[in-house]
Amino acid sequence: MSHFLDRLMFFKRVEGEFADGHGRTTHEDRSWEKAYRQRWQHDKVVRSTHGVNCTGACSWKIYVKDGLVTWETQQTDYPRTRPDLPNHEPRGCSRGASYSWYIYSAARLKYPMVRGRLIKLWRAAREQYSDPVEAWASIVNDTELRRSYQRRRGLGGMVRASWDEMQELVAAANVHTVRHQGPDRIAGFSPIPAMSMVSYAAGSRYLSLIGGVCLSFYDWYCDLPPSSPMTWGEQTDVPESADWYNSKFIMMWGSNVPQTRTPDAHFMTEARYNGTKIVVCSPDYAEATKFADLWLSPKQGTDAALGMAIGHVILKEFHIDRQEEYFHDYCRRYTDMPMLVALDERDGRNVPGRFLRASDLTDAAGEQANAEWKTLTIDTASDSPVVPQGAIGFRWDESGRWNLEEREGVNGGEIHSRLTLLDHGDEVVSVAFPYFGGVEHEFFTHNEQSDVLERCVPVRRMTLADGSSVRVATVFDLMAAHYGVDRGLSDDAVATSYEDDVPYTPKWQESITSVPGDHVVRVAREFADNAARTRGRSMVILGAGLNHWYHMDMNYRAIINMLVMCGCIGQSGGGWAHYVGQEKLRPQLGWLPVAFALDWTRPPRHMNGTSYWYAHSDQWRYEKLAVDEILSPLANPEEWPGSLIDYNVRAERMGWLPSAPQLNRNPLDVVREARAAERDPKEYVVEQLQSGALGMASEDPDAPENWPRNLFVWRSNLFGSSGKGHEYLLKYLLGTNDGIQGKDLGPQGEQKPEEVVWHDEAPEGKLDLLVTLDFRMSTTCMYSDVVLPTATWYEKNDLNTSDMHPFIHPLSEAVDPAWESRSDWDIFKGIARAFSDLASPHLGVEEDMVTLPLMHDTPAEMGQALGVADWKRGECDPVPGRTMPNLITVERDYPNTYHRFTSVGPLMDKLGNGGKGISWNTEREIEHLGEMHGRNWLEEASFRRPRMETAIQASDTIMSLAPETNGEVAVKAWSALEKVTGREHQHLALSKEHEKITFRDIQAQPRKIISSPTWSGIESEEVCYNAGWTNINELIPWRTLTGRQQFYQDHAWMRGFGEGFVAYRPPVNTKTWRDIHGEHSNGNPEIVLNWITPHQKWGIHSTYSDNLLMLTLSRGGPIIWISETDAAKIGVEDNDWIETFNANGAVVARAVVSQRVRDGMAMMYHAQERIVNTPGSEITGARGGIHNSVTRAVVKPTHMIGGYAQQSYGFNYYGTVGSNRDEFVVVRKMDKVDWLEGDDESILTQEYTR
Amino acid sequence: MEFLHTFVFEYYVYVAGTVFLLGSLVRFDMSQYTWKTNSSQLLDNSMKFQVGSVLFHAGVLFLLFGHLVGMLMPHWMYPYFGLTPGAKQVLAIVSGGIAGIAALVGGGILLHRRLFNTRVRAQSTRNDIFILVLLYIQLFLGMFTIPVSMGHLDGSTMLKLSDWAQHVLTFRGGSEIIADVHWIFKLHMFLGITTFLIFPFTRLVHIWSLPAGYIARQYQIVRRRSA
Repeated sequence: MSHFLDRLMFFKRVEGEFADGHGRTTHEDRSWEKAYRQRWQHDKVVRSTHGVNCTGACSWKIYVKDGLVTWETQQTDYPRTRPDLPNHEPRGCSRGASYSWYIYSAARLKYPMVRGRLIKLWRAAREQYSDPVEAWASIVNDTELRRSYQRRRGLGGMVRASWDEMQELVAAANVHTVRHQGPDRIAGFSPIPAMSMVSYAAGSRYLSLIGGVCLSFYDWYCDLPPSSPMTWGEQTDVPESADWYNSKFIMMWGSNVPQTRTPDAHFMTEARYNGTKIVVCSPDYAEATKFADLWLSPKQGTDAALGMAIGHVILKEFHIDRQEEYFHDYCRRYTDMPMLVALDERDGRNVPGRFLRASDLTDAAGEQANAEWKTLTIDTASDSPVVPQGAIGFRWDESGRWNLEEREGVNGGEIHSRLTLLDHGDEVVSVAFPYFGGVEHEFFTHNEQSDVLERCVPVRRMTLADGSSVRVATVFDLMAAHYGVDRGLSDDAVATSYEDDVPYTPKWQESITSVPGDHVVRVAREFADNAARTRGRSMVILGAGLNHWYHMDMNYRAIINMLVMCGCIGQSGGGWAHYVGQEKLRPQLGWLPVAFALDWTRPPRHMNGTSYWYAHSDQWRYEKLAVDEILSPLANPEEWPGSLIDYNVRAERMGWLPSAPQLNRNPLDVVREARAAERDPKEYVVEQLQSGALGMASEDPDAPENWPRNLFVWRSNLFGSSGKGHEYLLKYLLGTNDGIQGKDLGPQGEQKPEEVVWHDEAPEGKLDLLVTLDFRMSTTCMYSDVVLPTATWYEKNDLNTSDMHPFIHPLSEAVDPAWESRSDWDIFKGIARAFSDLASPHLGVEEDMVTLPLMHDTPAEMGQALGVADWKRGECDPVPGRTMPNLITVERDYPNTYHRFTSVGPLMDKLGNGGKGISWNTEREIEHLGEMHGRNWLEEASFRRPRMETAIQASDTIMSLAPETNGEVAVKAWSALEKVTGREHQHLALSKEHEKITFRDIQAQPRKIISSPTWSGIESEEVCYNAGWTNINELIPWRTLTGRQQFYQDHAWMRGFGEGFVAYRPPVNTKTWRDIHGEHSNGNPEIVLNWITPHQKWGIHSTYSDNLLMLTLSRGGPIIWISETDAAKIGVEDNDWIETFNANGAVVARAVVSQRVRDGMAMMYHAQERIVNTPGSEITGARGGIHNSVTRAVVKPTHMIGGYAQQSYGFNYYGTVGSNRDEFVVVRKMDKVDWLEGDDESILTQEYTR
Repeated sequence: MEFLHTFVFEYYVYVAGTVFLLGSLVRFDMSQYTWKTNSSQLLDNSMKFQVGSVLFHAGVLFLLFGHLVGMLMPHWMYPYFGLTPGAKQVLAIVSGGIAGIAALVGGGILLHRRLFNTRVRAQSTRNDIFILVLLYIQLFLGMFTIPVSMGHLDGSTMLKLSDWAQHVLTFRGGSEIIADVHWIFKLHMFLGITTFLIFPFTRLVHIWSLPAGYIARQYQIVRRRSA
């Protein structure tokens, strides 16, 4: 009825009262309520998800009304698991549920944006030059002009521009850079493809076609655990979360499951109801602690000590005092424990050396091929050394003996390897191990012992082929001695009881970790006892809390050892569950050709991110960590000269790590010169490198010819989230205002690198152009020159997988990209078209020289077997692909970049597809794609090739080529592996041979993937996905030197740095607080705290911290957690503004004073944007800073090892990592909170304390 | 000229009054979502604005009710309040003058803010600016009547004006009563009538919806589901 007439019922409105007259019942119009109901009505529901880096990979229902996204809820239709196992559903969290806010928020990027200064210069230059490439050259060749817009980075001043103009500008910059500096001066950064693999592939495909560099992320984020490749030759293969339920004993160690694995946490609850015992290891009272039956609280960064003490108990009680049959058998067959290690004599001591190889024995023990890469063991029956099958040498010798059958490699005779030489040795000798627990650190307790541990080991003497005599021991005997377990050898140095303060007993760790020794013994016994009774159903879920330390591999290996000793790896309900950062790109082998344009040119240029940023942001110029601080006490410091970056340069030179840029000249010019001289380019480059006429770019990263020039950032917030050494990136890479407080090595008169050219004046502003694609105005966009608005996760078609569950499901275009935004696929397609248009006359069909490191899973991983030789120092010849990077000439058809981008190229039919060391013919799939998607008939460059123009076509191309989504390919892949292992594996996929999953299928419902040799777990009705399952059950070797899980790392550098065996190493000393503590007093007391940057509750990964809903749930701006005790010491109360700073820079935030936090640490959740509620810093005078303003990456030489079986380079597989938790900061209450409001001029005139 | 006078002060009043009442009714019934103050306080809630807003609203409300009472109170009631027409006029001049100054000052602040605060200006419709300008001019005209009134403090003009108002309201003609008052009064009245005419088309409708019910409301209201 009429609203007005309703009002006339005023006196009849009231019907009654209740609650003593406090409430009233009325009869009045309720039609206004429709407004609220309509809010939740919708026209359709579309399946999508959140697509950058959330492991959750939850499928969501996106509700659309009138062409607008209204809200989202969790999908519930995951395929079931199986009886007696909870389903994956429900999956989702409040962060994902708040995502749709972005689409229509003020934070949304609606139009292409460009830095105002730059667009003025560009338009003026375009008036002057009709050729855009020349226009770009006129700007960047003028230092003043170039610096004028670089200095404005981060200061706003972005203006709207058109797509056409921006595509032209970006393409012109790219063409200019390729032509004048080299294609490898263009790089791109984007993380974690698994979450939106087509979007990732869009940028990487473009870059790969033009010869640009794709930068890895997993290592840079420091989520990559180098211990995983070291032990298994595989990077982060983990159980799906449903497998937690099958476990009977779970340790959650440095992983806050309910907070950071929210959609999977229900399995933890269900496991508890099912009777699983849960121990939580965490220095703070983290949310995960609520699950705990027992909470261990080691001091942060000392987890390795705890892990080693648990290992000590397990070894003693389950391997030595009593030999648990299951463990014993497991370790013998699946680990390197029975392998023989030669002992080196050094200064009168016996020191564990390298693994004994077949080549060491007379006649190479009958092994002809790859004898240097085949390890030895002692056969019980013959009591003599034999070469067991499965070592890396067998993988590449085409013998079909690369498997874990208990057979020797020459004739295939059965063997039974011997774990210990106790009672079977020739003598017992004292062996020396390095000890680091006594290294002093201001803020960590050390346990003073001799820095070399001498312990008795039973050994055997052997005569080698060269006539020399050597002592050999098994890994097991060496390990037992190293762990300090008494073997009854009358050794005074080992522990007689757990109460002895001897490395590595439960008592010994007490002073380091503060965990009571009896807790350690209890946990160790229960962990191992459970594993023994259940055949390996003990599990450790571990996370970033452990992995972000400089010596993260020690933390991890201490834990991995516990699991391997107890036979937990490869068993359902057991194993190693690290769910950080990488996530599982399930259809990886179908994705690789699309993503890196392997269908047109091979190989692509890949670069390990950490070394790239470390060099190009000049963080090495401030390196305070000297090599001798981390060297083994058994190493001779004179043999290990130089600083950390020197090791990186050597690694690049020897082909261990990749380089970017690669050579110190334009690789197009280099090939051109070689052709002009009528020389083979490969030989020519070797000769030039040897003569010194040509150099590696890494030898002088500050020279203009070696600067990175163009950078694309997409799906990433590089400068607001993951940029360790944030202020260094700002100063050197971007050339804008920075907050660095310390001085570089020059003025400090400290030792400078010896392999790298030192410029007294370091360059600022290396990058000509920074282009960012995003859907919101992130911190990175603020620092960019060009910002391109991309489609949100509900506006594009893409693929999504995870390691937490076995399904593949899509992102779908629920609504058109809003305003002028476009999907990543379309954006890069547009840039490719503009690039092609501008290429001629500057670029035609060109030859490019690509340097390729010795790659893992290729025969090149057999680099230098027995020692390290550097060709530059004349220790060996430069042999491309063996002692130095391989040198490969690649043809690039620049004017046809667009046609290549949008079609599937001919190399797939010619060379086939594959990965992880196997390959297969893929003609049928390509033929099928041509029929499904149509072919190109109009262009000569892509004539008859299958089309790949849309994101859905790209998705279906990926799924057609991948074994995980195409059963026929899976069968082909397994049979390809059969040739290498000599065993039958096809049965794992035969039942799915005719299953082909397409994009439309997964839009209907998430699909479970098909078992494939890409991964070491299987998809079946019997077991959950669990890493190592096929190694144990199909006897496929681990991709390591020995083919087994390796406790011992025998590379010369591993031994040099004292990490042959795992050892507790205290955090390194970054020294960044020393010169600044008390130097810039604002009158308030100061305290030095450890800087911890864990994953946050109100942001990552499915949304960001500037999301209004999340800001409302949290404190609405940057916060730092500190303990009550520390807060009292410096007079800080909850919610006070505090500042933290050190030599690297400063951050301001409000204090959260909480009992949760352990004394001595300050926790700042990472990726809190500096664009929300952030005042100015009293130290730097600039706004806020971010959590990485006080960090600087410090690289570790052992992560640079390459060309050595499992320690070989692979993209996001191995390499230096950006650790950041050894950092300390000065913390104090702020005196004056200045919001720096006003116009530019008024801000510039304000006084700063700097 | 005479017709024009009669038209403006008789027929126009009825046209304006009809539009005012029917227009408000139609808008209330047909377009509930437009029935609002359109406040810009979220965009700028500075102390200056708060002072301006309170001064303006208090002043205008006083003036509105002052005019209603002053114009419509039958003359025979004056003595009951101890007032002579002269005294009533002086009271009106003084109180109205104070309220007028308050509203002028407040309105000035608001008008300045409406025009020159970039956030507010960007969110303002032409209608918002028009009505504020109109009210501001009306306030000025009202203030200009004071000097004229000061010239004849006997209350005679006042009586004429209120006579007119009462006649028109009771459909008895009445335009001839004010034929000879000063033009400034006529202009002020014309603009006042016009304000009623445009009232339903502006944000002024919020005056109808004084949320007085909240003063004595129960804590909890349960609205029955309609049958």
